[in-house]
Amino acid sequence: MIRARGVGRSYGRKQVLRGVDLDLPAGGFLLVTGPNGSGKTTFLRLLAGLQVPTAGSLEVDIERGRIGFLSHAPLVYPQLTAVENLDLYGRLYRVSERRERIGMLLERFGLWDARNDRAAAYSRGMLQRLALCRALLHEPDLLVLDEPYSGLDEAGATLVDRELLERRATVVCATHDPGRVERLATARLAFA
Amino acid sequence: MTYLADVAALARKDLLLELRARETLPAMALFVIAALVIFHFALPSGSSDLAAEGLLWVAIVFTALLGLARAFVAEREHAVMDGLVLAPCDRSAIWLGKGLAVLGFLATVELIGLPAFAIFFHGVGARTIAGVALADVGICAVGTFVAAMAAASRTRELVLPLLFLPLAIPVVIGGVGASVVTGGNRYLGFLALYDAVFAIICWASFEYVVTE
Repeated sequence: MIRARGVGRSYGRKQVLRGVDLDLPAGGFLLVTGPNGSGKTTFLRLLAGLQVPTAGSLEVDIERGRIGFLSHAPLVYPQLTAVENLDLYGRLYRVSERRERIGMLLERFGLWDARNDRAAAYSRGMLQRLALCRALLHEPDLLVLDEPYSGLDEAGATLVDRELLERRATVVCATHDPGRVERLATARLAFA
Repeated sequence: MTYLADVAALARKDLLLELRARETLPAMALFVIAALVIFHFALPSGSSDLAAEGLLWVAIVFTALLGLARAFVAEREHAVMDGLVLAPCDRSAIWLGKGLAVLGFLATVELIGLPAFAIFFHGVGARTIAGVALADVGICAVGTFVAAMAAASRTRELVLPLLFLPLAIPVVIGGVGASVVTGGNRYLGFLALYDAVFAIICWASFEYVVTE
């Protein structure tokens, strides 16, 4: 499913990623760890197809629309409500039974009561929950998660745990809290 | 049909954002009125109507530039472009949806600007209105494309006018020609050709603007 050979990425003269080798089969769970600035986010963006490697080869055997991507930014419009944001993505991602799926996710992530509030009024934790709803909306085959526990309280983090435990997708998860997902990992990648 | 549904969803989103934030339209309306007032006092009394007609096009182009500068602000400030680019829809739908929204803003502002021009200078003829309508399409097609390029740049405030204004020169030539030249229909044809050529180029190449 994911095959990387000597993958590297440079921005001008600055090399942020070098020589990454990886084989991750479908249904696998890759745990990515490393200090700030070690290239974790860049690697995840390469996997999602938002950037291309400047060295090596990277094969991700998944269609563009079947990737769920959670980044540092929630990727939602602050002036739109949670429902409006998810409805826009639902349309673009061709989600069938869109309203039911949106309602179910908002319920599951504890945002139902705030569903008609603008995202600008959300707390950091609520935005992270909304971002998770967005990433999971189209039931992706590959879930790329960059710090999924960021900004979440224990209740929110437990929701993420449950989601990852019940997952059917292949998961690539970068986190500074590896203990939470260590037991789920089938592969590990540590950046220095 | 799916493509058009994507375009409609994206354009509707931009109109909704503007309805909520009310940042772009009021600024564009204020700018076009202010520009026409300045031109009114800057143009010596007794100047020809032809000179005033030219100033109308200056006001339109720079008002459009103001709107284009804000076209991708929401996507840039909140990194939403990543989410849109990852969606399975054709990426040109992002350009078309945004372009239609910008066209809607510009046309709305012109509903204020053209009557204001008639008050400060002279009446607006049917050919001028046709020229403005055709020019708007070209301005929004090219401008949205260039605004997306600029949004990805660190020096976006410089990049947008530096790229857009040279590309808008044919629009000004066509618009002024349609307004002032006797038998200016060929200038309307020129504007229509500009619209068609640049719309096709922008539609076909937008994917390369939003991806690496």
